[in-house]
Amino acid sequence: MGKRRSTAHPYIPNSARAAKEAMLREIGAASEDDLYEDIPEALRFRGRLAIPEALASEPELRRHVEGLLAKNRSCAESLNFLGAGCTQHFVPAVCDEINARAEFLTAYAGEPYDDHGRFQSLFDYASLMGELLNMDVVNVPTYDGFQATATGLRMAARITGRSEVLVSRAVSADKLSKIRDYLRPRIRVQLFDFDPVTGEPDLASLEEAISNETAAVYFESPSYLGVIPSCGDDVSATAHDVGALSVVGVDPSTLGVLAPPADYGADIVVGDLQPLGMHMAYGGGHAGFIATRDEPRFVLEYPSRLFGITSTSVEGEYGFGDVAFERTSFALREGGKEWVGTAAALWGITAGAYLALLGPQGMRELGETILQRSHYAAKRLARIPGVRAPRFRGAFFHEFVVDFSRTGKSVTRIHRALLRRGIFGGKDLSSEFASLKGCALYSVTEVHTKGDLDRLADAIEEAVA
Amino acid sequence: MKDIPAIRAAQGAPRLRDFHQARWDEPVIFELSAEGERGVLVPETEPGIERAVGDVAASLPRSVLRAAPPALPEISQNRVLRHYLRLSQENLGADLNVDVGQGTCTMKYSPKVNDVLARSPKLAELHPLQDEETVQGILEVMYRFEGFLKALSGLDAFSLQPGAGSAAVYANASIIRAYHASRGEADQRREIITTVFSHPSNAACAKTAGFDIVTLHPDADGYPDWKALQAAVSERTAGLMITNPEDTGIFNPRIREFVDAVHEVGGLCAYDQANANGILGITRAKEAGFDLCHFNLHKTFSTPHGCGGPAGAAIGVTRKLARFLPVPVVTFDGRRYHLDYDRPDSIGKIRPWYGVAPVILRAYAWVRSLGPDGLREVARVAVLNNNYLLKKMLEIRGVSAPYAKGRRRIEQVRYSWADLTRETGVHSEDLGLRAADFGVHYWTSHHPWIVQEPCTLEPTESYSKADLDEYAAIIRHVAEEARRDPETVKTAPHRSTVHRNDPSPMDDPRQWAITWRAYRRKLRETAGSGRRKA
Repeated sequence: MGKRRSTAHPYIPNSARAAKEAMLREIGAASEDDLYEDIPEALRFRGRLAIPEALASEPELRRHVEGLLAKNRSCAESLNFLGAGCTQHFVPAVCDEINARAEFLTAYAGEPYDDHGRFQSLFDYASLMGELLNMDVVNVPTYDGFQATATGLRMAARITGRSEVLVSRAVSADKLSKIRDYLRPRIRVQLFDFDPVTGEPDLASLEEAISNETAAVYFESPSYLGVIPSCGDDVSATAHDVGALSVVGVDPSTLGVLAPPADYGADIVVGDLQPLGMHMAYGGGHAGFIATRDEPRFVLEYPSRLFGITSTSVEGEYGFGDVAFERTSFALREGGKEWVGTAAALWGITAGAYLALLGPQGMRELGETILQRSHYAAKRLARIPGVRAPRFRGAFFHEFVVDFSRTGKSVTRIHRALLRRGIFGGKDLSSEFASLKGCALYSVTEVHTKGDLDRLADAIEEAVA
Repeated sequence: MKDIPAIRAAQGAPRLRDFHQARWDEPVIFELSAEGERGVLVPETEPGIERAVGDVAASLPRSVLRAAPPALPEISQNRVLRHYLRLSQENLGADLNVDVGQGTCTMKYSPKVNDVLARSPKLAELHPLQDEETVQGILEVMYRFEGFLKALSGLDAFSLQPGAGSAAVYANASIIRAYHASRGEADQRREIITTVFSHPSNAACAKTAGFDIVTLHPDADGYPDWKALQAAVSERTAGLMITNPEDTGIFNPRIREFVDAVHEVGGLCAYDQANANGILGITRAKEAGFDLCHFNLHKTFSTPHGCGGPAGAAIGVTRKLARFLPVPVVTFDGRRYHLDYDRPDSIGKIRPWYGVAPVILRAYAWVRSLGPDGLREVARVAVLNNNYLLKKMLEIRGVSAPYAKGRRRIEQVRYSWADLTRETGVHSEDLGLRAADFGVHYWTSHHPWIVQEPCTLEPTESYSKADLDEYAAIIRHVAEEARRDPETVKTAPHRSTVHRNDPSPMDDPRQWAITWRAYRRKLRETAGSGRRKA
């Protein structure tokens, strides 16, 4: 260690003694300690940090970290059917190539000139999402779909001047927890039911709960339980009848085949970009989008950056910059709308590249392929004695609820048997919904072959036998 | 034969680069569309599936189907790639420039090896709901990393869940709210105190969490005003949320007294450690008496900024507040790692799952590459670099470092060009745009501009003496040019990717266009109204 301590660290150029001494001389200080003159002795930490000694060489570091990662067993080494808000899709190599580019990866907050590429690629992104969503305004991404949903609901409350939102019960417990925490200061969160048979929004329950105080009605397509609402028009109309807004959470990977929420009356559309070219990364691939019509009453309520197109002093040149910056917390601190900060811009650029790669045809084929595979999986599972799939009668896309309650075995037990066979069974819903004891949410996408789905069905058949 | 090194040496030391940023004149992506081109293909469904389920899309209710395909462009794969690579070249990025000009943001070197590790399929292909036994590696990384943060802060419990710094500030505000609610004082404790030189999110996020904001201004020397703090604290005080050193680079030596004063009236104190880079291992949240803190992993802990995320943050609390942390928390039973959801007093979820795992892994690897001595060396060299650049900057005519005259700064310095602006009419923003012509980034500062014509420089530990000399030489050149030839500076950039924007559409609802489709529509509407008038 003695030798190491006198060696400059590769990440710290001026840890080389010669530079350090020259600089200290120049500023007239005997040592770096002199530079901390404003920190009183009582505040000084004089102990030794309880942190392991350095692995300063790259091979040592890699060996250590790769050793830790080797303890994981990934979905690439197993057959995965977990979804529930984080979905395993095919990630085009070009997406990884683009978001690994150092110029994008290490940039931050440059001006529209030295960071022209960031502004334009995020304008491209918003424009591509705008086509997918049939909306004219899309934000620079926020952290994740949870945040997009919570912010979308606060926007609705500000726009309507009301302080209550109605949220479908068919959302995840985690998302509901986020919504409740984020809306707590000023907005009441009430729930309305889903139909126990179809899984679709229960219009009677909605009618009963809605009032002139309702700012927004929130539901999802597909819902957390996988069901595509066929009554989106009616839900939106019910909201509009009392002067409330229709806020819809949507999985963007569905929109090559499914109608965008704007087509059934959504005023604010929110969701997560992870399905569009991001690896699951143990939950690290999320980014949130918010989209609306191009009306000042909506635009001026976004907390996020919004990038717009303009001309420059050179004829024929595209420029990009911030739209309505004065609404943000960067401009106004607590006077701005919520806050803006570092969130997930690189995933926005990536999602844009993904949509450009797939194009209209690719998005349609993606949707068709997923629909066929998920329905095949449900059909195969339904043939297993005691297994009900799908649990709900409503239309579904990539996810559906499988009911094991009549097999006499708990989801935990079945999934443990699957795990032994290298299969990750879907999310256990038993403790999340009282009405779904013995049920699990299975996710099937374009990554699953017929062979994979047959293997799943065979393994479950053995597990429940 | 020409002696090129000698010629270059004669052109100045350090010599200013003859730089021009990439300029591809790249169209908007929709303009690349060519009918029928394909970028990637989706797997075709096997015949066995088709036979079993038929055409599923056709069997769905018409009301759920998309009426017309989305009007996305059709572009072959290499053309999509080329578009984005060109745009990437039209982006400077921290790897390419001496990125000291984005002060408060801690633009340091993001080690490449950590990117390689973060992209491992052993992390990238993990689903967050996998059985705990299949994710012991990443849980161990998270647990151990929390341990490092406990050492660096002296606080007792951490959560890595927030997606970035502001989300962490919000989470801490939410914990403060939950704490007072648990004592039946939620309605009484309505106020969060912050300072104007703390990051704007301390005010904005606390406001979002439902608090009223009391903002302290500095005293004549630029330190947070002790008298103002004494006047602000009361039984209405919920907490104090501040940075230290502040965004001016000035460390508040009375911070312990501030914290004690807030504690005395029953408030909590949250330490925004966005500026922790210069004090790692030197001073901690614990010694100053803080109840909560947060670190930005994309700042202090070197993870790349990603054009503005994905990033990551950690919130830390003392033992008495641990029960309010977001769910789940990572636990270790001596043998295996677990995710504990059974926490009834928790504020709940701040984001899905457990944090931005690839960012956490990079931050973990960064700490491991430095060790306890290396982390202190980071801080000491960052502070040395900052004070060296301060000396070089103050040799330039027209710039000053307001407040705390003659005192050292910690992690960054907020400078003022007010003298130069008075003399030349050239503003700080102009100087930054002209600096871009020499291949470096320069930012003004967060609002409000209490310091007139500000810029904030933060050299971190990542830049060499020669790098700092080069940066100072560029700023000196631009400041001198402002006197000699102000028009050149005011019309900059000249050697960047593009030229000055027409700002007029950005605040005009009739003209602003946030998507290509909105732009095309507004162009049509403008043309239409022109025709009608004619």
